[in-house]
Amino acid sequence: MISKLQAAALAAVVTLPLALSGTAQAGATFDGVKQKGYVQCGVNLGLYGFSAPDDKGKWTGLDVDVCRAVAAAMFGDAEKVKYTPLSAQQRLPALQSGEVDLLSRNTTRTLTRDTANGLNFAPTNYYDGQGFMVSAKLGLKSAKQLNGATVCVLPGTTTEQNVADFFRANKMNFKPVVIEKNEELHKAFFAGRCDALTSDASQLAAIRAAETSNPNDFLILPELISKEPLSPAIRQGDEEWTNLVTWAFYAMVQAEEKGITSETVDAAMTSPDPDVKRLLGVTAGNGKALGVEENWAYNIVKQVGNYGQSYERNVGAGSKLKMPRGQNALYTEGGIMYAPPLK
Amino acid sequence: MSKDLSPPPSTVPPAGWAASYEEEPSQASTPPSPYGAQGGMTSLKPFGWAKDNLFNTKLNTVLTLACLAILWFAVPPVVSWVLLDATWLGTSEECRAGAGACWSIIVVKHRLIFFGTYPYDEQWRPFLACALFVAMLGVSGVRAFWRPGLAVAWALVLVGMGVLMWGGVLGLTHVPNDKWGGLPITLMLSVFSITLAFPLSILLALGRQSSLPAIRTICVGFIELMRGVPLVSVLFMASVMFPLFLPEGVTIDKLLRALAGLTLFTAAYLAEAVRGGLQAIPKGQYEAADALGLGYWQKTWLIILPQALRIVIPPIVNQFISCFKDTSLVTIVGLYDLLTAATVATTDPEWRPFFAEVYVFAGLLFWIFCFSMSRYSQWLERMANRYNRR
Repeated sequence: MISKLQAAALAAVVTLPLALSGTAQAGATFDGVKQKGYVQCGVNLGLYGFSAPDDKGKWTGLDVDVCRAVAAAMFGDAEKVKYTPLSAQQRLPALQSGEVDLLSRNTTRTLTRDTANGLNFAPTNYYDGQGFMVSAKLGLKSAKQLNGATVCVLPGTTTEQNVADFFRANKMNFKPVVIEKNEELHKAFFAGRCDALTSDASQLAAIRAAETSNPNDFLILPELISKEPLSPAIRQGDEEWTNLVTWAFYAMVQAEEKGITSETVDAAMTSPDPDVKRLLGVTAGNGKALGVEENWAYNIVKQVGNYGQSYERNVGAGSKLKMPRGQNALYTEGGIMYAPPLK
Repeated sequence: MSKDLSPPPSTVPPAGWAASYEEEPSQASTPPSPYGAQGGMTSLKPFGWAKDNLFNTKLNTVLTLACLAILWFAVPPVVSWVLLDATWLGTSEECRAGAGACWSIIVVKHRLIFFGTYPYDEQWRPFLACALFVAMLGVSGVRAFWRPGLAVAWALVLVGMGVLMWGGVLGLTHVPNDKWGGLPITLMLSVFSITLAFPLSILLALGRQSSLPAIRTICVGFIELMRGVPLVSVLFMASVMFPLFLPEGVTIDKLLRALAGLTLFTAAYLAEAVRGGLQAIPKGQYEAADALGLGYWQKTWLIILPQALRIVIPPIVNQFISCFKDTSLVTIVGLYDLLTAATVATTDPEWRPFFAEVYVFAGLLFWIFCFSMSRYSQWLERMANRYNRR
C-alpha cells in the first residue's frame, strides 16, 4: 500500500522535471521576455545620474534609459520594465542565473567578463575613465602639465596605481597625498592641500557638483588615464536578444546623429533622408530583422529620446552632475560614440 | 557584599563607605549608609544632595568637574547644530550657507526614505499598511488583548496589509513587491523573521536536548553552521548562489529568499538562548512531570517551556533587537530597506554634503523601534516574574 503522502511525493518527483524542462525551453531570453511582457532589468541600487530612484521613487538615469529603450523597442512602451537593484557582488550571478534579462549597471566591459563569465556586452553607453580635477585658478589645460604636482588619491585602489603609471609613462614626478576616507580626501583637496584630485571622471563631476559652492572654480582635465567602458550586459546564448539590446542602443545614437529628438521625431517621419526612413521604419526591414515592430526605433526616440537627450538629462548640462560630453560625444563632434549603419 | 566587609583604605574612611553603597542603592539588604538620610531621594536641598553624591571625595569631585567640563564643551555645539543653527525648510543653497544641520534634506527626501521606489501617488498605501502593522503590534503587547480574537485580528490585518501593499483588487493598482521599499521592508522583514524564527528556535533547542541521536545531530549541525557564518554570507548564499542551482527561468522572490535567510539565522541564535533556559530548569521539574505521568509534549508545553522562556526573556529580546538591526544588511542583496533608501537619498549631488543628517534621522528611527522593544521586554519580564520575584 502506498500512503497518500508517498503518492504525493512520487507525483512531485515525476512531474517536477517535466515542469522545469517546460520553463527551460521557454527560457530563451528573447521569447521569455516577450511572453512575460516586461524586461527585468538589473540596475545599480543608487548611483546618481546612472540609475537611482528620484525623489518620487521613479527609476531614472543613463543606465535606466537603456532598459527603457529595450522595452520601447520590444513592446512599444518604455514603462514595461521591472527593475532589480543589484549590489556589485550580486550583479553577474543575477544575470547568469536568469534573475534579470539585462544588466545595465555601470559595468566595465572586460575580456574576462565577456568570456569566462559567460556574458555578452552591448555597445558601451558611457565611456568613463580616471581623470584629474584641478582648481581653475591654476590655469592648466592638460594633465601633462601636472609635473611636480601633489595629487590627492584614495589608497589601495587601482586608482593609485593608475596615477603612478601615468606619471611614470610621461616622465613626470608627483607627490601623492593618500587619505583613506572619501569625504576627508575631498575636503583636503578643496582646502588646497593638493593641486589635483584623481578619481573616475564621472565621480569627479559628481564631487564638483555636490561639494563646491561654485563648480566653475574647478576644472576636470581632458585626459583620462584609464579605460572604463561601461556597457549593458546580457547572458550568452541568445543572439536575438543580444541583437535587440545592441541595436536599441545604436538607434539612440543614430537618432542623435540625424538630429532627431523626441520632440521632432513625428516630423522626421516625413523626412526624405533614406537613413532616417530606415531608422524610423518608414522603409520597412529593420524591425522584421530584429523580430519586433517596424516602428521600434520611433518608439525609442519618442519615449526615451536620442542618446544626446538621455545624456544631457541624466548626467550632462541638464542635470545636477553637469558632465561634459567628452569621449561620449558623437564621433562627428570629437567623441567616440558611433553607430554602425542601421540597414 | 564582600567589598563592604573589608574596610576601605584609611585615607578617606567614612566617605569611602558611602561611595561603595551608592553603587548598589537598590539592594534592600544593604544596611543604611551613614549618609543615607541626606543622600536619599527625599533629600530637601539639591545642594546638599550634590555635596553628598558628587563632591564627597577628592576623586568624585575631580570626576564631576571633568564631566561638567565635557558637557560644557560638547552640549552647546551639538544643540546649536541640531536645533539653533539648523535649516528646517530651506533649499540646499540655504543649507550650504547655514552653519547648522540641514533637516531640509529629510523634508525633501522623506518619501524616498520611507517608501523607496513605491509609486509616488500610491504611497498612502504603504503608510497605512505600516500604521496598521505598528498599531497591531502595540495592541498585541497588551495583556488584556491576549485572547483567541487576537489571532483573528492578526489574520485580518495581514490580509489588509497584503491588499494595501500588492493591490490588484478593490480598484487598487497592482504594485509588485520589487517596487516595495523603505520602512515597510524593514518592518516586515524583522517582524516576520522574528515571528517565524521564534517557534523554530524552540524546536531547535528542544531537538538539541533530544535523546534521539539523529534529531540531535541535525539540530546541532544546523545551529553550529548558522552561528559559524556571518549573516552577510547567509544572505548572499540565499540571494546570489541559491538561484544558480535552480533551473533557468525558475526564480524565487528575492524578498522571500532574504526573509528565509534572516529567519534561519535568527532561529539559530535564539535556539541557543532558549537552550540556556531549558538547562536552567532544575532536574526535579522534569522528574516531577514524569512522575505525574505527563508525556513528552505535555511535559514540555505545560511544565518546562513556561518556566524556561520566562528566564530567557532578556536574551531573547536581545536577539529580536539584533535581528531588527540586522535587516539593514539586506542592502547587500539589493533590497530597498530603510537604511538603503536613506543612503540613496544622499547620492543626490544637490544634497550630498548633508549625509550626516540623513544617517542621524535613520539612526533615530531605528532607535525608536529598538528602544520600544527594550522597554516592552522589561515590562514583560516584571509581569512574567511577578509571582516568583527573588
